[in-house]
Amino acid sequence: MEHMDHMPFIVGSYAAAAAVIAVLIGWVMLDFRAQRRALAELEMRGVTRRSAGAASRPEEQGKEQTMEQAGGQA
Amino acid sequence: MNPLDLANPSRFLAFANRAIPWLAGATVIVLAFGLNQAMNAPNDYQQGDTVKIMYLHVPSAWLGMLGWGVMTVAALGTLVWRHPLADVAAKAAAPIGAGFTLLCLVTGSLWGRPEWGTYWVWDARLTSELVLLLLYLGVIALWRTVEDPSRAARAVAILTLVGAIDLPIIKFSVDWWNTLHQGASVFRLGGSTIYPTMLVPLLITAVGFTLLFLTLHLAAMRNEILRRRVRTLRLMQASAAS
Repeated sequence: MEHMDHMPFIVGSYAAAAAVIAVLIGWVMLDFRAQRRALAELEMRGVTRRSAGAASRPEEQGKEQTMEQAGGQA
Repeated sequence: MNPLDLANPSRFLAFANRAIPWLAGATVIVLAFGLNQAMNAPNDYQQGDTVKIMYLHVPSAWLGMLGWGVMTVAALGTLVWRHPLADVAAKAAAPIGAGFTLLCLVTGSLWGRPEWGTYWVWDARLTSELVLLLLYLGVIALWRTVEDPSRAARAVAILTLVGAIDLPIIKFSVDWWNTLHQGASVFRLGGSTIYPTMLVPLLITAVGFTLLFLTLHLAAMRNEILRRRVRTLRLMQASAAS
């Protein structure tokens, strides 16, 4: 009977652990997707670490994209 | 791979991409095995089945302190060696350490109610653990307050080194003061006071939670490197456009 009285505390502890771990995993996974998406958007606009200076100059963009297609990504 | 190569963010990303799935798999296997052992472990003669909370509470307490330990080493890496990944490691560890410290406080409180008759008491161990959580929240707030990551890193590193004083206070609080919290029972001179049928599941779950911490930390470091890459590209794009 005494053990039954303690069950809510045990279940509550394991539920709290599941919630904290789920939040941490969710935070890491959602953040990863967000950063990957942001990088992909920048790359679609022709902005890479090598090309950002040239990204605003349209005549340079074609050359930069060719470099990217050839595996020039840093 | 030479470990020194990991100082290069691009090589670190490649390493993280390969390691994270393996670490995640190992975490699931060890944690599932450990929790299964914990559920089948005998009840304590005094605590009854509330001892099951110990398998969450103790590893959470260790990892809350480990998180700050990682941040302390990283703070030295930022201030002394100026390692390129030191502040990345520190920033990634803070929310994870805060999560485990919060879990330690919650599970300890839920254990305390049936065993001590109260959810909370201002004794040295509980209070110093609460201070650790507040330090974590302060560090996270400081990271968000200062926009430039390198400037934020130095401020956070100093706060982290000051906050490291709390780690020995947490550890030895039960020896230095008369606390309601029991003394050390796992790692102590003269050996553990926990019976092996409960100690072994505890150590296995602790290994499982440590693997979880490593997996989350590696993944959070990867995210932070990508975030800085995005920030750099946007700044370069903006300066080129102006």
